[in-house]
Amino acid sequence: MAVLRDLALKDRLYMEAYRHARFAPGQVPCTPLRRAVAGARIAVVTTAGLRLPDQPPFDLTDRMGDPSFRMIPAEVDLAGLVVDHRSGAWDRSGVLADPDLALPLTRLRELGAAGEVGPVASHHLSFMGSIVGPRRLIDETAPAAARCLAEAGAEIALLTPV
Amino acid sequence: MCVQTVGLLAHALERNGIATVVVSLVASITRVIRPPRALEVPFPFGHPLGRPGDAAGQRAVLRQALGLLPRTDVPVTATLVMGAAWPPPAGRSGC
Repeated sequence: MAVLRDLALKDRLYMEAYRHARFAPGQVPCTPLRRAVAGARIAVVTTAGLRLPDQPPFDLTDRMGDPSFRMIPAEVDLAGLVVDHRSGAWDRSGVLADPDLALPLTRLRELGAAGEVGPVASHHLSFMGSIVGPRRLIDETAPAAARCLAEAGAEIALLTPV
Repeated sequence: MCVQTVGLLAHALERNGIATVVVSLVASITRVIRPPRALEVPFPFGHPLGRPGDAAGQRAVLRQALGLLPRTDVPVTATLVMGAAWPPPAGRSGC
């Protein structure tokens, strides 16, 4: 488990003072499975700041954190993805060497071939983390992301932070 | 901050009919944001599924995450059960 003391001093002090509880939803929603995981279409949502080379870059200058997302088609060449991220504090070497660490489409297809999960959705989503002011995320882009995934046929989703 | 973001996204997806499971790199944040289902993993920032190139290990993480999806006693958290220890991180890290 990563811990905040792994961070550089400036980042650690910021995170220790940050009040995550301000944004904690009051109730925990729950969507029961409509069918077994073995047959359910799955999407991945990552905050690794991945994007296609021809998609607009994430805004690294937004002080609250860019809450937009990029749609990644299932047939993407994972090795061709670009990593944008305004945080200089996480180790990109793993994701750069093996994008499946954040967007595990290869791994999910392997599990799908073994009958352990359904097919991957037609599209997946990438956000850039470091959204320190998540109000636009909560009110606008997260609901929009959910609608996009529903249109992509997703019934279940795996979310991967970095 | 990525751990907070995926938790908030999980809430939005669930409210729109998509069942979710998040990978958590920081338990203390996940337990405040309370996504419906979370698998806590013992990996450094930047490595939510473990080691790069370790397909078998990554599949093991995914299996345990997917195994939480039938749960409706939310919020539920589980800790990854893994066979091998993660080597010490080479440098500082964190989103």
